[in-house]
This record gives sequence, C-alpha cells and structure tokens, in this order.
Amino acid sequence: MANGVLVFAEQRDGAFKKATYEALSEGARLAEKLGQPLSAVVIGSTIGHLAGEAAHYGASTVYVADVAPLAKYSTDGYAKVLVEAIHTAQPAVVLAPATAMGKDLAPRVAARLDVGLASDVVETQVENGVLTVVRPVYAGKAFATVTFRRSPAFATLRPNVFPAAAPDTSRTAEVRSIGATIVDAPQARVTDILAAAKGKIELTEASIIVSGGRGIKGPENYYLIQNLADALGGAAGASRAVVDAGWVDHSHQVGQTGKTVSPTLYIACGISGAIQHLAGMSSSKFIVAINKDPEAPIFKIADYGIVGDLFEVVPKLTEQVKTLRQN
Amino acid sequence: MKITVCIKAVPETDTRIKIAADGCSIERTDVKFIISPYDEFALEEAVRLKESKGGQVIALSLGGDEVPNLLREALARGADEAIHISSAGIATDDPLCVGKTLAAALKALTPDIVFFGKHGVGGDNQQVHAIVAEKLGWPQVTVVTKLEVGDGRLRAEREIEGGIEVVETVLPAVIGAQKGLNEPRYPKLQSIMQAKKKPLVTKSLADFGLSAADVGPEAAGLTTLALRLPPPRQAGRKITGDPGQQASELLSALQSEVKVI
Ligand SMILES: Cc1cc2nc3c(=O)[nH]c(=O)nc-3n(C[C@H](O)[C@H](O)[C@H](O)COP(=O)(O)OP(=O)(O)OC[C@H]3O[C@@H](n4cnc5c(N)ncnc54)[C@H](O)[C@@H]3O)c2cc1C
Repeated sequence: MANGVLVFAEQRDGAFKKATYEALSEGARLAEKLGQPLSAVVIGSTIGHLAGEAAHYGASTVYVADVAPLAKYSTDGYAKVLVEAIHTAQPAVVLAPATAMGKDLAPRVAARLDVGLASDVVETQVENGVLTVVRPVYAGKAFATVTFRRSPAFATLRPNVFPAAAPDTSRTAEVRSIGATIVDAPQARVTDILAAAKGKIELTEASIIVSGGRGIKGPENYYLIQNLADALGGAAGASRAVVDAGWVDHSHQVGQTGKTVSPTLYIACGISGAIQHLAGMSSSKFIVAINKDPEAPIFKIADYGIVGDLFEVVPKLTEQVKTLRQN
Repeated sequence: MKITVCIKAVPETDTRIKIAADGCSIERTDVKFIISPYDEFALEEAVRLKESKGGQVIALSLGGDEVPNLLREALARGADEAIHISSAGIATDDPLCVGKTLAAALKALTPDIVFFGKHGVGGDNQQVHAIVAEKLGWPQVTVVTKLEVGDGRLRAEREIEGGIEVVETVLPAVIGAQKGLNEPRYPKLQSIMQAKKKPLVTKSLADFGLSAADVGPEAAGLTTLALRLPPPRQAGRKITGDPGQQASELLSALQSEVKVI
C-alpha cells in the first residue's frame, strides 16, 4: 500500500539547495496531515553527510545513492535512482523542488511511472486523505486546482513559496543505501559547469528582486539596478525590452516568457508594466514601482508608487540602504 | 538529417484570461492563438540545423482548428512538411497524454533530433519534451541556450541556477529550446507564398495505433478541478517629495511594513 511522502532532496556540491529545505518542510507538513511518515532521497557522490540533515527536517528514512557515476547530475542516472527509491518506499506523494534539476528530472520519472505530475505547485491541501494542489498557469494569470488520478501523487514545488521549518538537530533517520546498480555511464553526461558571476543570487530563489526596464536607457546604466539589488541582498531582473535590446543576458528576464518570480519584495524601475511583465511578477508579496510617468500601468498594482526619475531615486535609495546596513 | 519540431498553439501573450463556464478551462472565443514563444526558438534551431547539415524539417502540432494556420507559419519559417494531429479523443490539457501521443507520432517518423520549446506558454508545465524523451527512450537536454550537433552526438549548454551546464549526449535526442539559443527569423513574403504549396496533412489518433483509452481523459495523470483568477491587486500608496525624501520614506516602509530590511 502507498505510504507516506518522499522528497527528492536536491544537492549540488555536497549542500542542499534552499528549495530542498522548503520541499522537505512542506513534505513534513503533508506527511503529518496524512498521518504518515516522511522519507527523503539524496543522490550524488560523497554526500552521505546529508542524510542526517534531511533527518533534521523530519525524514524518518533517508535513501542515499552515493556512487561515483552520480557525482554530476544526469537525467537518466538520477531518474533510475529516484524510480528505485519510489519502488522501495511506495510513497503516496512524491515531492521535488521546481528547480532546473527538479524540472528536468520529475517529468522523466513521472512518465516512467505513468503518473501525473503537477509542476511548480504553490499551494497544497489534504482533505479526507486526498491531496489537491494549486499551480499557476499562463505565468500566473490564472491558478489551476488539480488532483492526481493515480498513485503516487507527484509534484514539483515552486521555490520561495513554502516556508522552510527550523531544523530539529535531535532527530535521526534510518539510512538506506540504494542505487548500487548504477554502474554504467549515463546516456547524457554533464561535462562541465560554467558558473555565472560568483555570489550573484538566482532570480527564482531571491526574496528581493530589483528589476530595470527600458527606462534605464542603456546597458551602461544597469549597474544602478545591480547596485541596489546588491545593497538589499537581492537579485537583479529586467523587462524583456532590456533583454531584447541586448543590455543584459536573458537569464535576467522576468515575465510570461521569462522567469515567473514570487519574491517578498519586487522593485520595478523604469518598467511600464505590460501584461506580459505583470504575468511574471504580480504574485510578489510587495511591489514597488519607480517610474517618471504617473500614468504607467505598473502603478495600478504597486503597493508603493514613486513617481520620479529613476536616475535620481535609485542611487539615493542604494546609498540609504548601505548606510542603514552599516549601522 | 531528419529533424522534427513540435509546436504548440497558445493564446497570444497579451490575452486577458477569462474562465469558461465549466469553471476549469479558459474561454477560447475571441482568443487569438500564436506559436508558443519558446517554440519559435525550437523551430529556428531546427531550420538552421537543416541549413548547415542538409535534410528536412517536419513540424508537428497537436490541437484543434487553430493549428493549421500556425503550421503554415512554421512552413513559411523554413519547415518542409507539417503534420497536424487532431485533438479529437486526446486529453490535450494533460502533459502525459500529450507526451504519449507525440511520442507515438515521432516513433513513426524516426527523426534524428526533436526540438521543443522549453515550455508551452499557457499550461506552463515544462514536461512534455521530457515525457516524449522517456517514452522514446532517448536522452533529453532541456532549457538549452547553445547547441552543437556532430556525427551521432551533440553538445549542449543548458541554463541552471547561477550557471550553465554543458551536456554531451548521443542522437537521437530531444532538445528543449530556451531564449538565447538563436534569433528567430521573420518569414519573407516569398516564403509565405511557397509555404502554401508545402504539404500539410492532418492525422488522427488511429493513425498512430492509439485510441482514446490510451490518451483520453481516463488515461490522464491529472484532473483539473477548478481554474480561478488571482485576486486583483490594488494600487497602494504614492510616495511623494524630492528623491531623497521618497527614498527614505520607502525605506522606512520596507522596514516597518514589508519587514525585509
Ligand atoms: C510574445 C511576447 C512575450 C513577452 N514577454 C515578456 C516578458 O516575459 N517580460 C517582459 O517584461 N515583457 C515581455 N513582453 C514585452 C512587453 O509587452 C513590453 O514590451 C515590455 O515589458 C516593455 O518593457 P519596459 O516596461 O521595460 O519598456 P517600456 O514599455 O518602454 O517602458 C519603459 C518605462 O520606463 C519609464 N521611464 C523612462 N525613463 C525613466 C526614468 N528616467 N525614470 C523612471 N522611469 C522612466 C517610462 O515612463 C516607461 O513607463 C513580451 C511581448 C510579447 C509580444
């Protein structure tokens, strides 16, 4: 019989991702509502130390695949292990973070199991032991409530939405080794990882985002946006106009054809607020708009509106944030 | 080289979504459909690959009446043939059913490489290409921003958090295109005229040996119970004064109300 919640606990370079703590915490909450145990699966090489950490977040069993061919992510290698963990644990629910890795792996595994997968879930609900989830569609222009037709129910969780619980370091788990059969080289091999600028926070993981639009006038001014983002400890985003003009890389684009983000704070500087941009950021908790046009549509949804020239307001803001942080 | 590209019809991105009377789908009347924006990168890459290596590009789309027009557009943008898979009997909002149908169609076509957009701008599932790869037993590389195809092999760069993963694998393979992979071309008038003469056929489930029992609502992995619009956001407070005052007033709001500083 299907039993419990299994979380794919993503690690990179021997450390869990922030989204993994969120998925483990939400997994623990669901497990409690279902009155069933939480388990976790950790995949990689020389990652045994992470089993204990998964236990601190509530996992009572941790499946560990600690084998050399899995040192780097591969869809087929990781899929084999996750399927093995699912066959062993027989969970009623499988969760994974909706990260680059989770979004690559989960549909592959769901297809192998012939079950439905709900992507990028932002809400979960258990009623009479049945799980339903809510997920954004059309980049957040609508929200769909879905149920699962077969077991296990499988979902990826959008980063930054589910709160991570405080770890309980007194908890321990039974550790089970799996994945020993993964001896062959994976079909697709990661040969290299080219890191982006060090210390930069990824948009989808950031709780503060400062975005620049065409109002910044040219690539030479993007530093204004980056500086404010750095001062606030956040990430720098952009509208499509800025990306299409080649002022910043497309990995910064927020919107329906960019990243959908839900930070606590979104500061839009020189962005008019086109529907495609709003689609990607309107689920932010608080929105600040800085725009010199009082009629800009972005003001219709902003919690705080500053009608002004971003070239004057943004540097002042950066300066004051820095002063505050120093004190 | 035999290259296929899968294309999805989605509502134009500036569409205001309205919920249909059934409460779990969108109102489709008055909605203009376009090729899903990421599929444009997929199509462009497919055509460039043909231009450099020779071969043919087959565009494939599953859907209703909105599809043939968009497939004509794909032909104008350089595809050689197009196949419209009629949606009759298929749970088109279920990624598993869509993936199984496309996999069956692709199995019959035996391409060397299949392109998809990294996700369809609509259902936002980001699943179908991986499901297809799984059902065909082929490798997948998703969120691809750079691609080099060699003899029976490929090397791709894919976007991950804070960096780029370089992946090497074998053909046949499934690729999910991300913005940045290329600059899609606009069709010229001449190619629009030529496209009218290129073959566009409609196929049904039975042509792939499938029935509604395999890919219809009963075979779906998920059921949508309800669709709702997000609560409307209201305009909040205007902060006035000179730039220094505006900055400090915003900052105190960020401290006391937003509580992020
Ligand atoms: C298929 C499709 C997909 C799209 N996807 C996206 C998407 O994912 N993301 C996205 O963002 N857009 C997307 N768009 C584009 C979108 O429609 C808009 O064109 C775009 O968002 C506009 O960017 P912007 O607000 O930066 O520029 P503009 O609309 O040009 O606005 C610039 C703003 O800056 C203000 N400004 C100028 N100077 C100053 C100053 N000194 N100080 C303060 N304010 C100033 C102006 O008042 C204006 O409001 C998409 C469009 C299409 C057709």
